[in-house]
Amino acid sequence: MAEIRNYTLNFGPQHPAAHGVLRLVLEMDGEVIERADPHIGLLHRGTEKLAESKPYNQSIGYMDRLDYVSMMCNEHGYVRAIEKLLGIAAPPRAQYIRTMFDEITRILNHLMWLGTHALDVGAMTVFLYCFREREDLMDCYEAVSGTRMHATYYRPGGVYRDLPDQMPRYEQSQFGSAAEARRRNASREGSLLDFIEEFIDRFPGLVDEYETLLTDNRIWKQRTVGIGVVTPERARQLGFTGPMLRGSGVAWDLRKKQTYAAYDQVEFDIPIGTNGDCYDRYLVRVEEFRQSARIVKQCVQWLRENPGPVMIDDHKIAPPMRAAMKDDMEALIHHFKLFTEGYCPPPGEVYAAVEAPKGEFGCYIVSDGANKPYRLKVRAPGFPHMAAMDEMARGHMLADAVAIIGTMDIVFGEIDR
Amino acid sequence: MKTITNYIRSLFLFELLKGLSITGGYFFSRKFTLQYPEQKAPVSPRFRGLHALRRYPNGEERCIACKLCEAVCPALAITIEAEPREDGSRRTTRYDIDLFKCIYCGFCEESCPVDSIVETRIYEYHFENRGEQIMTKQMLLDIGDKYEEQLADDRAAQANVR
Repeated sequence: MAEIRNYTLNFGPQHPAAHGVLRLVLEMDGEVIERADPHIGLLHRGTEKLAESKPYNQSIGYMDRLDYVSMMCNEHGYVRAIEKLLGIAAPPRAQYIRTMFDEITRILNHLMWLGTHALDVGAMTVFLYCFREREDLMDCYEAVSGTRMHATYYRPGGVYRDLPDQMPRYEQSQFGSAAEARRRNASREGSLLDFIEEFIDRFPGLVDEYETLLTDNRIWKQRTVGIGVVTPERARQLGFTGPMLRGSGVAWDLRKKQTYAAYDQVEFDIPIGTNGDCYDRYLVRVEEFRQSARIVKQCVQWLRENPGPVMIDDHKIAPPMRAAMKDDMEALIHHFKLFTEGYCPPPGEVYAAVEAPKGEFGCYIVSDGANKPYRLKVRAPGFPHMAAMDEMARGHMLADAVAIIGTMDIVFGEIDR
Repeated sequence: MKTITNYIRSLFLFELLKGLSITGGYFFSRKFTLQYPEQKAPVSPRFRGLHALRRYPNGEERCIACKLCEAVCPALAITIEAEPREDGSRRTTRYDIDLFKCIYCGFCEESCPVDSIVETRIYEYHFENRGEQIMTKQMLLDIGDKYEEQLADDRAAQANVR
């Protein structure tokens, strides 16, 4: 009798549904997955090691590049760890700006997730609509920090600059008439806060549109309901966080349970799923869109009414204003000292985590009292999710592997670091 | 009753038609896309693009070779060599930025005590040959001269927040 052997299939690293550079070695019994073995490390850039050789502040830009679709949340995790080490707290306005931009980042991330997940599963249109909304949010990023993605905006002790009073505007061109420019500029007449508010008022309606396209759609449901089921017990044991854990019905959210920034000042709910399958996780994330919009709205209102400093007034940690630096000798010394040597936190170790869109993003820093970390460990939410790939995919069909990768919201920047 | 309505809805592809009505609506509505490169998206005055070295209004280069940007650059993209000039003032003899290394974090501009190194609004540039990614001092000064007006305006607009 001929021996029947399983077929080994390489999925990725160049597969468009592999979300970057995932190489999945699948052992197939016909079209059923017997074993899924994720091979990672193709995007390893040594961020943790790099951070050991530079002053604390210089690594902020590298945190953006870990999970490159939720940039400011990563910065927040890192900056919070440093603040904890130094024993400082950012002023309230900076806390609200951080809360607002964390939620904008969450919307950005979930839009990217929804678009690519739907695209993987076979719905092209949602992808285009999601990217249209991302454009507006990236304009917010650009207006506040100067870049559309890698912001480098949060600093230990606050944020770099206050929000701008004006939004950049469209100009007339040979293709776009003055009337078109005026129409496009309609939401850009006021400040950044007006622009964000206009978007946030419009956004729930757009979420309704995505839901119309997907939630009841029979193809979408056939591809996601009952796929990749994780029980609440297993989800806890596997170290899941974020929507992956909440989709299984565990109401765990660091924003509520270990509150930080201004999350204790704003009202929002934590959506949870019941079955722990891909469809429930989709519903959880869609509800998070609405909750994030709610938080942003409250932050906009608070920020309008409460002007104030966005950086602590300690020039041993935060550089002085440029005007002061130019005519005050002491400020100039602080400026030079900060940009060459940085600051030296006391020896010790800290762990600080934030609820990034994908789950718990934490930074563990060991300091030996020097101006650079002795060791930095990044707790990336995607890593435990990826590790559960085998358990979630086993027994499913090959096409479901794509849906499972999609639902895990994998970004390789943070997994490989 | 609910089962019957659900059955009828399902039979007549109700949810699919509802989805189609959204895409159909967008098909006839005004387009969101821009005709790049003729039309361009607005650029913020805080934008961090290609670098430039600025001069004072009297034509004297601002950079005093303090090397703060070189020290603060996380990617080690900046290389500076300095010597006293004939008139005795301290100036750079070499100021190179490797654009392949640069991560456009903006720390060089933040650290510059004389507003010399800045990041402009330019985001469209390319290289054709190996080695062209190194921006020399002359290239940086030329960019600065060309866009000085806008650079000065953008810095002035940000003066109260940084």
